[in-house]
Amino acid sequence: MEKQSIEQLQKICTQMRRDVLRMVHAVQSGHPGAPLGCAEFFVALYFDQLHHNPDFQMNGKGEDLFFLSNGHLSAGWYSVLARSGYFPVEELKTFRKLNSRLQGHPATHEHLPGIRVASGSLGQGLSVALGAAQAKKLNGDDKLVYILMGDGELQEGQVWEAAMYAAHYGVDNLIATVDYNGQQIDGPTSKVMDLKNLKAKWEAFGWEVIETKNGNDLKSVIEGLEKAKSLTGKGKPIMNLLYTEMGYGVDFMVGTHKWHGSPPNDEQLAKALGQLEETLGDY
Amino acid sequence: MSLDLKFTYTEKKDTRSGFGDGFLEAGRRNPNVVGLCADLIGSLKMGDFQKEFPDRFFQTGIAEANMIGLAAGMTLGGKIPFAGTFANFATGRVYDQIRQSVAYSDKNVKICASHAGLTLGEDGATHQILEDLGMMKMLPHMTVINPCDYNQTKAATLAIAEHEGPVYLRFGRPSWPIFTPADQKFEIGKAWKMIDGKDVTIFATGHLVWEAVVAEAMLREEGIHAEVINIHTIKPLDEEAILESVKKTGCAVSAEEHQINGGLGDSIAQTLARHNPAPLEYVGVNDSFGESGTPTQLLEKYGLNAENIVKAVKRALARK
Repeated sequence: MEKQSIEQLQKICTQMRRDVLRMVHAVQSGHPGAPLGCAEFFVALYFDQLHHNPDFQMNGKGEDLFFLSNGHLSAGWYSVLARSGYFPVEELKTFRKLNSRLQGHPATHEHLPGIRVASGSLGQGLSVALGAAQAKKLNGDDKLVYILMGDGELQEGQVWEAAMYAAHYGVDNLIATVDYNGQQIDGPTSKVMDLKNLKAKWEAFGWEVIETKNGNDLKSVIEGLEKAKSLTGKGKPIMNLLYTEMGYGVDFMVGTHKWHGSPPNDEQLAKALGQLEETLGDY
Repeated sequence: MSLDLKFTYTEKKDTRSGFGDGFLEAGRRNPNVVGLCADLIGSLKMGDFQKEFPDRFFQTGIAEANMIGLAAGMTLGGKIPFAGTFANFATGRVYDQIRQSVAYSDKNVKICASHAGLTLGEDGATHQILEDLGMMKMLPHMTVINPCDYNQTKAATLAIAEHEGPVYLRFGRPSWPIFTPADQKFEIGKAWKMIDGKDVTIFATGHLVWEAVVAEAMLREEGIHAEVINIHTIKPLDEEAILESVKKTGCAVSAEEHQINGGLGDSIAQTLARHNPAPLEYVGVNDSFGESGTPTQLLEKYGLNAENIVKAVKRALARK
């Protein structure tokens, strides 16, 4: 894969944000806030970091794999998958509609290329990613497994079962990222169920933890993922705490949980799109 | 006076050992077979596999939800994971994980569930799951299997290793008669007519197949000729075999170590209601939890033994 410049990648981020907003607006449902905040991560991963093949093979042998545990970010994932060639960009218009492969939450059931396991019910992705990482080791496959989780999602107990397991088995071909935006659907995580010292928690579970303090700056995100990659193969699972702002890129959506699960109306969409240049052509 | 049984036995063994031995054999046949267990390796009889293939076996600790997710993930590298724990923890505790990561995602995971039903015995109701078949059969994509003795469990274990798709395999703890052949071919989804009859059909699954064999002999002494069909696969259900038999006998009894609600009998009732409404009586647990006791005491108290099958047959015959 030819490396793209930060400017080119930034254009994809902007287009992805447009896609997300137009998708959730069209069906007046879905979750715009978190995918807006994770655009830089998704784009850095799919257009710069992953060794992947858009001619999708479910078993993913010889490829880096990505799992989205917080499946409600589906609009963002679908956009980046389409924009990187997994399926036609026009298909984004079927998001959340009847007979679509683009289900409200990601599913393998409809055979959408790029999806390897369903997600939506939170807390399950890390376990699946660990299994895939261990299968890679058994197969002598030296590629990596990536996973994104939400910070609110860490309230699920299964995550910590998996955290304990990963360190016990030294699953060091896995890079987990937490979208650390401090927001969840009912409000700030500090109010709903305080995560307290996340870095210390993961370290106490035996993980190598890095922090990407500016998760909405492409260069920082890429540097963070590069650093994470440099730490693989050393006997510990890697946690990348990615500090983002929910709703980033649209001035009236940023930094609040209000847009976690609410679509913009016509007027709000127009206002938001006015802040995001159409760089690659809308679907 | 001893009964003239159509099937007999010389040895008793637990069905979980049939699983353990089948699992080891499956591991020898196919290097992609891997194992996971949530701190019950001894109880599940997975120790021989672990010893022979330590790199292909994963102790997960007491963390069943994680185990199910791990198994789903391992299928992506072409592995065939057998995830084992007690039936209660393999179903009720992890229903959402199975639903999303295994069934909906159509992953080639084998959920291996021991200590199912009342015959778990003295541990009591917390561990005696009687709802697992219902929960598992409701899941789209899921195959549900409940073999009857050591030999059938071993054969079923080998068969599911070669079957592509999610499977729930249920077996148990007690020492139980080995009355089916060691060299049997296990065909998923194919009922086995063990005894021909003309008056009534007994559809039995799991440990109660043996009770049905005993009941048949008891009924024959009274001049009642029961057909006994071994329904080792609850889903997909062999509707053809069920309908063909009931067309001949005109009434039926279902027998299972499970709640009547949601069990094998419910599935048979659906089949009969759609195609050939006929009297059906149920032998199963009637909307209650179990309790501590020996397997024999519990089967008697909760109405699941041969004597209760005989009574149910008479109720069915009276409705013909």
